[in-house]
Amino acid sequence: MTPTDETRGATAPAPAVRARGVGKTFAATGGEVLALTGVDLEVAAGEFVSLIGPSGCGKSTLLRLVADLDQASAGELEVFGKTPQKARVDQDYGIAFQQAGLLPWRTVAGNISLPLELHRMGRAERDERVAQLAGLVGLSEFVDRYPDQLSGGMQQRVAIARALAENPRLLLMDEPFGALDEMTREYLQSELARIASETGAAVVFVTHSIPEAVYLSDRVVVMSPRPGRITDVIETGFGEERPEGLRESEAYFAKVTAVREALHGSPVERANER
Amino acid sequence: MSAPSLPALPDVSLRTSRAARGLPSWLRFVAPVVVGAVIVLAWILVVDVLKIAPRMLPSPIAIGAELVLRAGIIWDDTVITATNSLVGLLAGTIVAIVLAGLAAAWRPVDGMLAPLVAAIAVVPIVALTPILNTMFGASSQFGRQAVAAIAAFIPVFLNVLRGLRQTRPVHRDLLRASGATGFQTFRVLTLPSALPYLLTGLRIASSLAVISALVAEYFGGPSDGIGTAIATYAKSGRAALAWAYVAGGIAIGLVFFLVTSLLERLATRRTPV
Ligand SMILES: Nc1ncnc2c1ncn2[C@@H]1O[C@H](COP(=O)(O)OP(=O)(O)O)[C@@H](O)[C@H]1O
Ligand SMILES: [Mg+2]
Repeated sequence: MTPTDETRGATAPAPAVRARGVGKTFAATGGEVLALTGVDLEVAAGEFVSLIGPSGCGKSTLLRLVADLDQASAGELEVFGKTPQKARVDQDYGIAFQQAGLLPWRTVAGNISLPLELHRMGRAERDERVAQLAGLVGLSEFVDRYPDQLSGGMQQRVAIARALAENPRLLLMDEPFGALDEMTREYLQSELARIASETGAAVVFVTHSIPEAVYLSDRVVVMSPRPGRITDVIETGFGEERPEGLRESEAYFAKVTAVREALHGSPVERANER
Repeated sequence: MSAPSLPALPDVSLRTSRAARGLPSWLRFVAPVVVGAVIVLAWILVVDVLKIAPRMLPSPIAIGAELVLRAGIIWDDTVITATNSLVGLLAGTIVAIVLAGLAAAWRPVDGMLAPLVAAIAVVPIVALTPILNTMFGASSQFGRQAVAAIAAFIPVFLNVLRGLRQTRPVHRDLLRASGATGFQTFRVLTLPSALPYLLTGLRIASSLAVISALVAEYFGGPSDGIGTAIATYAKSGRAALAWAYVAGGIAIGLVFFLVTSLLERLATRRTPV
């Protein structure tokens, strides 16, 4: 974590993500697909930002560019002031996908410790860290289970613990709760809000769900397709805490309405959704 | 844990899998034993009581007597055939793993090997035994082992090659995001993903290796082994002894099958999630 401390010591801390004019074209059969164009976005350290928009508007693509799983075809992209590749190698971010993506032949503990093993953390230290992470996501009693013995929600919690293993300053999440039932989903949202504020990590969170985006975020980034771009950014202004009553508050409903209107802004998009 | 998201999944899955097999476990074990006993009794009835059997079908009692009387020599021949099968199985498996690894890593290698493997798969390998025996000398077990190896090679190669291509995109993304090196990815992802496929290939190959090594003995070579003995005693009319050797052959096949099946089950315990 030495590079981390260096950056923190600097006078103006680099934002977690800075995108300027970022675009991405995919070579596809029968021409090119312009998946993303002219994306300007800055995510401050510790900030929770959601990306929302209809399917195919480039949310996953943007996240994958930040994660250096794909390369941008235009513009500049920095993660903590470094290239995405450097940030990936330095393990500045942790990532979770819609599929938990656990290795079925490893136990819960084995899955959580995977990144730590890959970076050659010592056995004793690793075990300690895994126990701590399992506690953080409420799975202490399940560390010896295998993924096929867990419910979908529990698998997703393992994936989140794994993403947090290296103490990343940035958490990238692509619809992590997309496949879960509503009850589990709301429960994990509260857990994630707590974890994000406890660890102080910035989060870029892709979702389809307006209530989810509003509940979790400091800012909601609204995107639209063909070509994928940012059309609106809405601040929620709820502050650090996510108290029980928030989901029923006036302020919350007002923001839900604001995001909904931003999403359905142009008639073209409404036609697309039908 | 008080989370509402924790149903007692393991119990449910255990219950359904037990129900899916249909029979209680004691019955699954006892049923084939009962069937076997009934067949042996019917056999005794036909041969010893009714005396209506053809000459080459001796009584199980006579076969049992030969088995006890000649236990030493039958055991020696069983060991020879089993060793040939095992050497062939191991050699074929090792070559198959190496070549499948190369084919998975480099497309051109795959392109070169695919037609070759397809050709080998359709040739009746044991038919090559006389040629191999002539090439490597009639007193050598090499021809038999080579036949077993070629027979074992095919299923292992095909399964391992398939297994090495089973990594899921989400897992590859995960390892890349974790900054894993190419070798680390191979060790923690590619190899474990391929392991169940390897062991399925090995199970199929084990039966083929035993059959090939045994049948190869019918086509010449040294005058030992189960197959040679069965052929010799069947021709000279000592049916009970020939059948006693058949029991030895069954024993080899059974041991190979059980061991490899057990290995396969251990490797495929975990269903993908
Ligand atoms: N690897 C790829 N090759 C070609 N086209 C792609 C690829 N990945 C995404 N796309 C296209 O880019 C667009 C944006 O996709 P994506 O980022 O997955 O959208 P979202 O996550 O918002 O649903 C879609 O039109 C999709 O078809
Ligand atoms: Mg997506």
